[in-house]
Amino acid sequence: MSETWIILGASSSMARAFVRAVAERGDSVLLAGRDMDDMARSAADARTRGAPLAEPVFFDARKPDSFTPILDRAQAVEGPVSAAVFVGSMPPQDEIDADPGLIEGVVSDSFSGPARFLQSFAPLIEARGAGNVVGVASVAGDRGRIGNYVYGAAKAGFATYLSGLRNRLTRAGGHVVTVKPGFVDTAMTWGIEGMFLVAPPEAVARDILKAVEKKRNVIYTPIFWLGIMTIIRAIPEPIFKKMSI
Amino acid sequence: MQWKTAEYAGWGRAYRAHGPLARPERLSALAAALAEPGPAIGNRRSYGDAALNDGGAAIEMTRLDRFLGFDAETGTLDVEAGATIGQIAEAFAPRGWLPAAMPGTGFATVGGCIANDVHGKNHHGAGSFGQHVTALTLMTGNGPREVTPEADAALFRATVGGMGQTGPIVSARLRLIPCPGQRVVVEESRVPDLGTFLDRLDGSEATYAVGWIDALARGKHLGRGILEEAELAEGPRPGPEKRAKSVPLDLPGALLSWPVVKAFNARYLRRIPDTGRRSKKQINDFFFPLDAVHDWNRLYGKRGFHQFQCVVPVEARDALREILTRIAKSGLASPLAVIKRMGPGRGGMMSFPMEGYTLAVDMPNRAKAAPLIAALSRMAQEAGGRIYLAKDSVAEPAVVAAMYPELDAWRAEVAKADPEGRYQTDLVRRLQLRSPA
Ligand SMILES: Cc1cc2nc3c(=O)[nH]c(=O)nc-3n(C[C@H](O)[C@H](O)[C@H](O)COP(=O)(O)OP(=O)(O)OC[C@H]3O[C@@H](n4cnc5c(N)ncnc54)[C@H](O)[C@@H]3O)c2cc1C
Repeated sequence: MSETWIILGASSSMARAFVRAVAERGDSVLLAGRDMDDMARSAADARTRGAPLAEPVFFDARKPDSFTPILDRAQAVEGPVSAAVFVGSMPPQDEIDADPGLIEGVVSDSFSGPARFLQSFAPLIEARGAGNVVGVASVAGDRGRIGNYVYGAAKAGFATYLSGLRNRLTRAGGHVVTVKPGFVDTAMTWGIEGMFLVAPPEAVARDILKAVEKKRNVIYTPIFWLGIMTIIRAIPEPIFKKMSI
Repeated sequence: MQWKTAEYAGWGRAYRAHGPLARPERLSALAAALAEPGPAIGNRRSYGDAALNDGGAAIEMTRLDRFLGFDAETGTLDVEAGATIGQIAEAFAPRGWLPAAMPGTGFATVGGCIANDVHGKNHHGAGSFGQHVTALTLMTGNGPREVTPEADAALFRATVGGMGQTGPIVSARLRLIPCPGQRVVVEESRVPDLGTFLDRLDGSEATYAVGWIDALARGKHLGRGILEEAELAEGPRPGPEKRAKSVPLDLPGALLSWPVVKAFNARYLRRIPDTGRRSKKQINDFFFPLDAVHDWNRLYGKRGFHQFQCVVPVEARDALREILTRIAKSGLASPLAVIKRMGPGRGGMMSFPMEGYTLAVDMPNRAKAAPLIAALSRMAQEAGGRIYLAKDSVAEPAVVAAMYPELDAWRAEVAKADPEGRYQTDLVRRLQLRSPA
């Protein structure tokens, strides 16, 4: 039986590529985000590619009130329901330095908002005894770096949350995949200096779907980031603190 | 809105531009990008400077690539302009439909195909791309505007073939054609000389027909080559799905020196037995043979290359012979020369097609190439023909003006849609298309 996916942050290009991949295998999608016009177009794309059902639903990571209607909608569909989280925000570190108040927004978008949503969503997986959670964390969460440690910290928190959620849902027949993408060619990275080995969103989406199908726990995508991060994590702190990478 | 300042090039890589590029993923981001004057561009499969705006901004449309709806009864597809022909073919051929006109690369976007009113190997029967567009949506300062051939005939005809000058095309409604299966049955036969080639093209009853000419052969062999005639056919894809190879580096241009190309061409011709050959091909292999090698344009080295493409009326066979003779004599190596019989079909005021024969030849960007192409362009003009602006980078304004009889009407319509000249490209300025000198 085909799944229904709630896609949080559906307007991001990584989410879009993932939606196409699941639509093409016949899954349904609830596209959750703020830009309703944009998501209506993505929903049409998903239907045209084979999704039996594709609907836009309003979601704002900073407004927990927006979560309830989505959960109600999910409750009403038959069969297993899964969720994939693509939200997150990464203001430049110097803007955060100038206005530390921005930290709350980054944490809401990248960690506490999605975590709160998933916390309310988990019982649905438990009740149906099936369903996947895909959480997009980041390689930036593996080590705090001078360039984006607030974003990294939020993503690290989210990754730890996902690890615990996996622990919980596994015993109920669910599964959680933590995805750590490297640099992906999206609107977020467009024009940012110093990007290298930038992966197309389609390649990342393919890796994610493969990880879901194979019930992998944590993946780096593209895979060579596993090697890069293994090295970066191994650098002793006394040395790391003097590096700017 | 994020801008990325970058250097970018046309497919021939002989011309480059530098400036801020936006790549909106949503309509709201596209609307915001319009704050900066600059044209919408696609995948830059135009060879010369059609998709360049040196010193100014440009908007890459490739991320606006969604299917917005499909009517399986009529084969009507609503699609965002950044979707490519290859993506459409891949998604819809298994459901029995293909774009009605497909250029020789699957990487061309819908927007680029409209803006150059491209033609395919079936042009003699099916007409041009724009003739299968039943509506399109332009992004204007006041938001999206739908344009149909019925309600806004002049603006529609100025947009089809209009090189982006009426503004960004956001989406279009395309009439696809039925496609019975996943394969193409191709008949290839050797043709000894130009006269025979043109006769064979005239007499061909095939839906798809294209000729490959050995552009170096001279004398009695002038115009020898291979004629490919093909039909879409029933049946599954022959052979496994293929992955494209790529060219990782700019190769030294010398690789394409004259003896190398001559040997390549001779071998290519000998591949086909005297009696001809019939084979089944995958849809991509037949329609987009060059896409099998990504970035093959790098084979020409850093200096890049030009393509010359003209069409001359059916009566101007002699002119075509002279053009080909001139190319053969120049010794400018050219492994790819393509000849086609065009029908009269064209969708816009500045569309390239006219009933006649079209010839396309690649030339490395050496000192001799530009003057040769300029001379060839004049020969095409004198023969009552025209050159294809999607390929051009060297023609002169007056020559081009003489080739496009509806230029004034187009100018007037474009002036209404874009009074401030925000969407001009390097090509438009070079050829003074928007304003006579
Ligand atoms: C290998 C190869 C084979 C080819 N074979 C053929 C062929 O058989 N027949 C043929 O006709 N052509 C052929 N071409 C040319 C190609 O089809 C055209 O140049 C086409 O326009 C390229 O599309 P693009 O998306 O890359 O557009 P670009 O080259 O990026 O742009 C072309 C023009 O379209 C405008 N434009 C692009 N997108 C938009 C938009 N969304 N809104 C408004 N304006 C827009 C640009 O401003 C520019 O003027 C071939 C090219 C290659 C490289």
